[in-house]
Amino acid sequence: MAATRPRVDWLVPTLKPVLFAACLLPLLLLVWRLVDGTIGPNPVEVITHDTGDWALRLLLATLAVTPLRRLTGWRWLVRLRRMLGLFAFCYAMLHFTTYLWLDQFFDWQAILADIAKRPYITVGFAALLLMLPLAVTSTKGWQRRLGARWKQLHRLVYAIGVLAVLHYLWLVKADLLEPAIYAGVLAALLAARMPCGDWWRRCCRRRLVGAGRQDVSAVR
Amino acid sequence: MLIKRPNDIPASEITPQSVYLRRRELLRAAMAGVGAAVGGAALLSAPAARAGAPIADVRPSRFSTDETPTERELITSYNNFYELGTDKGDPKRNAAQLQTRPWQVVVEGACEAPGVIGIEDILRDFPQEERIYRLRCVEAWAMVVPWVGFPLAALLKRFKPTSQAKYVAFETLYDPKMLPGQRRRVLDWPYREGLRMDEAMHPLTMLATGLYGELLPSQNGAPLRLVVPWKYGFKSIKSIVRITFTEDEPPATWNRMQPNEYGFYANVNPDVDHPRWSQKSHRMIGEGLFARKRPTLKFNGYGEQVAALYAGMDLAKFY
Ligand code: HEM
Repeated sequence: MAATRPRVDWLVPTLKPVLFAACLLPLLLLVWRLVDGTIGPNPVEVITHDTGDWALRLLLATLAVTPLRRLTGWRWLVRLRRMLGLFAFCYAMLHFTTYLWLDQFFDWQAILADIAKRPYITVGFAALLLMLPLAVTSTKGWQRRLGARWKQLHRLVYAIGVLAVLHYLWLVKADLLEPAIYAGVLAALLAARMPCGDWWRRCCRRRLVGAGRQDVSAVR
Repeated sequence: MLIKRPNDIPASEITPQSVYLRRRELLRAAMAGVGAAVGGAALLSAPAARAGAPIADVRPSRFSTDETPTERELITSYNNFYELGTDKGDPKRNAAQLQTRPWQVVVEGACEAPGVIGIEDILRDFPQEERIYRLRCVEAWAMVVPWVGFPLAALLKRFKPTSQAKYVAFETLYDPKMLPGQRRRVLDWPYREGLRMDEAMHPLTMLATGLYGELLPSQNGAPLRLVVPWKYGFKSIKSIVRITFTEDEPPATWNRMQPNEYGFYANVNPDVDHPRWSQKSHRMIGEGLFARKRPTLKFNGYGEQVAALYAGMDLAKFY
């Protein structure tokens, strides 16, 4: 397998618009279901759930980039990460806006009471707040300006992942299966970053990449 | 007891019922669909074809609200019936798996004449009324449902409860073959609910056999379900197979699972929030994306009729 060499300059520029379209698809589908009336008896509930689901899925996809890169050696994966993270943020904003507008109709008193009183809203809100600085500093300019601290700042994404999964676990009435699956995926993605994640990484890489180049510096 | 008609939300504000007017047409389409799918005339008389059959001699009731019922399509496609799946759309999708004929209800416990009664006998022996009731779900949404059924009290009296009967317990069918949701232990099956005797005997409390003038679809709890309009929907247990008179408060499924979130009484009460969401208002199903929520009324607007049942009780404690 030709890992990252020879350099594939066309790959990322080709994949980016494809990924962009793919990330937009859930939103377009949602709008379509609204327009053609197949969204069902409680559209606000569907919008809340759908945007929440995609925010979480894209967040986990963002977190999957590093383990996947280590596994495969495909360094170019990192160049798709910003788009995934920003889309996760966009869906989270849509999710929050749905709540503010279509659920609460900007009843700020009720909203503040909800955020203060209801643990699942509190952690969801915390997750969203933490996403804000990451979205703002996601540009090349901020990356350069912050230098080494950029990496430290963006470790907040681990906390965001935990808060978002807690949010889901705490809002479910009885059937924990779905949030438990997300929790499992998150746990695996975080574990892959632990030193103990090394063994399976080495094991998998040996098999995938064979005895080829080991770019240790990329394995961070 | 004097039952006053409620005077509340103007009917003009509630969902139109265009589908009601087309129900025969829809019924025919549904029957044709069933017929085509299973093939063979013999199966047309089979249980699955029963849901949606018209109920004869349905009388109007003075307990009906004059609010316009929610569309039939919405009432039958947005259901909390975990036995048929946890997603709101699952019960309709899986409805055909629940065979509701033959169907028997065991009535036992603290009564002089315990016994078994079949659904056909129930439909024949108890005069069927249409009662248009508000339904308020604990999840802060609501509908207006034109139930068909009869007072629970009428059925209970036939079995002659003794003075020991302080409560009535209800149980849903347990049959994972017909109820795919029961193949996973999402709830502590079988679903159980209970009422205090005076609640059970209250004239508003009914057993429903149909809606929109026709036999209940499975997703709405066929063939026989409880309807207690001043309590959150989860009290109104579906697909009942057992009724037991008890001396002690019987276990209720949601209450046992999360006692701090779901009380035994579960009276609709805007002053007592669910720990995870407010109960002050609710969304009317079918009103569309930008419709405001409505303020929730204590006892779901049936306070004049039922508040006396709870005189002297702290409803924040007995929620
Ligand atoms: C201020 C921030 C937030 C608020 C007020 C909020 C509110 C809500 C509400 C009201 C629900 C529906 C609960 C129910 O149906 O019982 C929900 C579900 C959900 N939210 Fe959030 N949320 C917030 C932030 C987030 C964030 C940041 C994420 C993910 C990154 C997220 C992911 C989800 C998921 C996955 C669901 C469940 C969807 C489903 O059941 O299919 N939320 N949220």
